[in-house]
Amino acid sequence: MTEVWTTIGVLAVVGAVIKASGPVLVGGRELPGWANGVIALLAPALLAALVLVDTFASDRSLVVDARAAGLAAAIAAIAVRAPLLVVVVGAAAVTAAVRALT
Amino acid sequence: MAAATTYRQGMRAGLPFLLPTLAIGVSFGVVTRSLGWDLGAPIVMSAIVYSGSAQFASSSVLGDGGTVFAAVLAAALVNARFLPMGIAFAPSLEGGPVRRAIEGQAVVDASWALANRGGRFDRKLLIGATLPQYVGWFAGTVIGALAGSAIGDPDKLGLDAMFPAFFLALLVPELQESRRARGAALIGGALALALTPLAPPGIPIVAASLAALVGVRQR
Repeated sequence: MTEVWTTIGVLAVVGAVIKASGPVLVGGRELPGWANGVIALLAPALLAALVLVDTFASDRSLVVDARAAGLAAAIAAIAVRAPLLVVVVGAAAVTAAVRALT
Repeated sequence: MAAATTYRQGMRAGLPFLLPTLAIGVSFGVVTRSLGWDLGAPIVMSAIVYSGSAQFASSSVLGDGGTVFAAVLAAALVNARFLPMGIAFAPSLEGGPVRRAIEGQAVVDASWALANRGGRFDRKLLIGATLPQYVGWFAGTVIGALAGSAIGDPDKLGLDAMFPAFFLALLVPELQESRRARGAALIGGALALALTPLAPPGIPIVAASLAALVGVRQR
């Protein structure tokens, strides 16, 4: 348990430092024009990576499992403009159903 | 900025994320109890670390017999995406370094994406949107830690599929913005998948941020 509590303590500090460093180091300075173009594209780049890694990565290997069915359900729900909660709960329900059947 | 947003509006924008975050929080509580953690450990961790992906990463490293160093490193890598996200958010913050450092803690994926206005960020919307997610994450962890094995295997409920679905819902409007956004998403996604077998968890996500460099010639 000591290891768990040490990890929690260290991580609280490390996490706070990571989140604070951008705001503190950049301060109130305006970023140069080229940087704004890059920053505008950070969201699509990071979100696409999060979607794919959360769906297809299992530690260090790529797998197609029940989560892929959940993502397909999410795509369908988004296509018919379902509310966010329906998209998210639908993905979980389909993933759970596939796991129950396999 | 023209139409001033309030914290209240931010909280409303963050409200749809309360339930998914709560559900994932429950599964974090259950998983860590099954690893033999004290009742208070997951609860304290969710209160002061407050990062789902980092908490899952570090607890699974410890669960596999890894060292504290390995657990912290894994979580730090997973959270390294908050560096570029924080740099992007910085010019939209106000006040001195202490206030900036504190307000910077509000950055989480969903709020950051919601508050993104093509490179500028709506500060109050971001902070407001994080509040319901913090409540959901903390309350969920408490429920999961208390219920423990009574809830059963959280994987059976498919809760882990909530996050990719939720990131996809944030991604789709970004893709409709511009061709460049679609290009960045394509490169970022491909990079992350290609690196998954090659690099430790977390690195593929950080590397995906390099795809945003295709925007360097814009404006």
